[in-house]
Amino acid sequence: MECVFGLVGEGFSIVAADTSAVHSILVHKSNEDKIMVLDSHKLIAASGEPGDRVQFTEYIQKNVALYHFRNGIPLTTAAAANFTRGELATALRKNPYFVNILLAGYDKETGPSLYYIDYIATLHKVDKGAFGYGSYFSLATMDRHYHSRMSVEEAIELVDKCIIEIRSRLVVAPPNFVIKIVDKDGAREYAWRETVKEAADASA
Amino acid sequence: MSRRYDSRTTIFSPEGRLYQVEYAMEAIGNAGTAIGILSKDGVVLVGEKKVTSKLLQTSTSTEKMYKIDDHVACAVAGIMSDANILINTARVQAQRYTFAYQEPMPVEQLVQSLCDTKQGYTQFGGLRPFGVSFLFAGWDKNFGFQLYMSDPSGNYGGWKAAAIGANNQAAQSMLKQDYKDEITREEAVELALKVLSKTMDSTSLTSDKLELAEVFVLPSGKVKYQVCPPESLSKLLVKLGMTQPAAAEI
Repeated sequence: MECVFGLVGEGFSIVAADTSAVHSILVHKSNEDKIMVLDSHKLIAASGEPGDRVQFTEYIQKNVALYHFRNGIPLTTAAAANFTRGELATALRKNPYFVNILLAGYDKETGPSLYYIDYIATLHKVDKGAFGYGSYFSLATMDRHYHSRMSVEEAIELVDKCIIEIRSRLVVAPPNFVIKIVDKDGAREYAWRETVKEAADASA
Repeated sequence: MSRRYDSRTTIFSPEGRLYQVEYAMEAIGNAGTAIGILSKDGVVLVGEKKVTSKLLQTSTSTEKMYKIDDHVACAVAGIMSDANILINTARVQAQRYTFAYQEPMPVEQLVQSLCDTKQGYTQFGGLRPFGVSFLFAGWDKNFGFQLYMSDPSGNYGGWKAAAIGANNQAAQSMLKQDYKDEITREEAVELALKVLSKTMDSTSLTSDKLELAEVFVLPSGKVKYQVCPPESLSKLLVKLGMTQPAAAEI
């Protein structure tokens, strides 16, 4: 089942997510990217209802882009997080989106940051956060091993520890994960952690 | 000849002009002058008070200066009843932005949103344009101190020094002559008062005919809007030798 988690290090933020698209007991694919590059220096990792997830993150992405076009200045990560929270809060009393979000970003003034936003429009600025069944293991692992001012190597090692813990302890553990990073040079994919290739690849 | 096109704000005259908008700008030419000067450590606004009566009792100390948000203030020239409407919308916009993003609204966005409102009244039928010009003084984290001037047509621009209201052209040319890029806030106050004293109709400059407001950043990083109280303004005028008409540089 779904595992999305992230943490803030020295000069960067990292988010990781499983890449399984499941419906009921069925796995449809295992290379579904759940971390969107929101703009040049922001990442939005989302879990929840798949349709809502895609619709909502794209809606946020396009609105952030529109803001940049209109005003010539990009939104800060904090502003984007508050905007996202606001959109979830307005939707909550109409037809809510079932999406939980980890928003990671890097700003010149404030450095790296990570925001925890759940589907009932809770917003927290955190150093480490997680959603889904994997959160039971990744949060515990991060509580034990996280410290402030981690280097990229240390952070990746911790992310790998979390993935190992999820894979070994969670009954419904997803096979593959994607890791993305955002720092002063921008938001980008960092690595994949795969144990299962797509069926098409396997047959080839 | 132009009479046929006068009555409607939304109709161009054959020469391609919008008379009602031009008349609105004309109306501002009769209002009290307001001058704004951008300095490296703040923005200065001065205004000429037109309504001065011993019998007048107002709730606010200022007639032309309004605080829009913690980091933006404006000076008004024109029809005050129109201005009050626009000031209210500006305040609402600023708070809406803070509500959405939990950050102060960038100054230019605030000016733009207000000018969009103004522009709407020059295009959509049956309405009269706002007879108001504004000087906006503010600070934001992207562009620091800023000064904007807007007119009834909805045009706006960023300025280092600007004047609106009566004799604004004379004031503008004086500012052009005396403005220096490295001007400090203190020097800006002096320059603004000097220019105002020369453009005002009344012979002597006294604190009850003047308003002075400043936007600057405190050492704590907080933006401060400060209106100069009449007593300190009087002292300042004495210090600058502007109280007696003869004392002004001639």
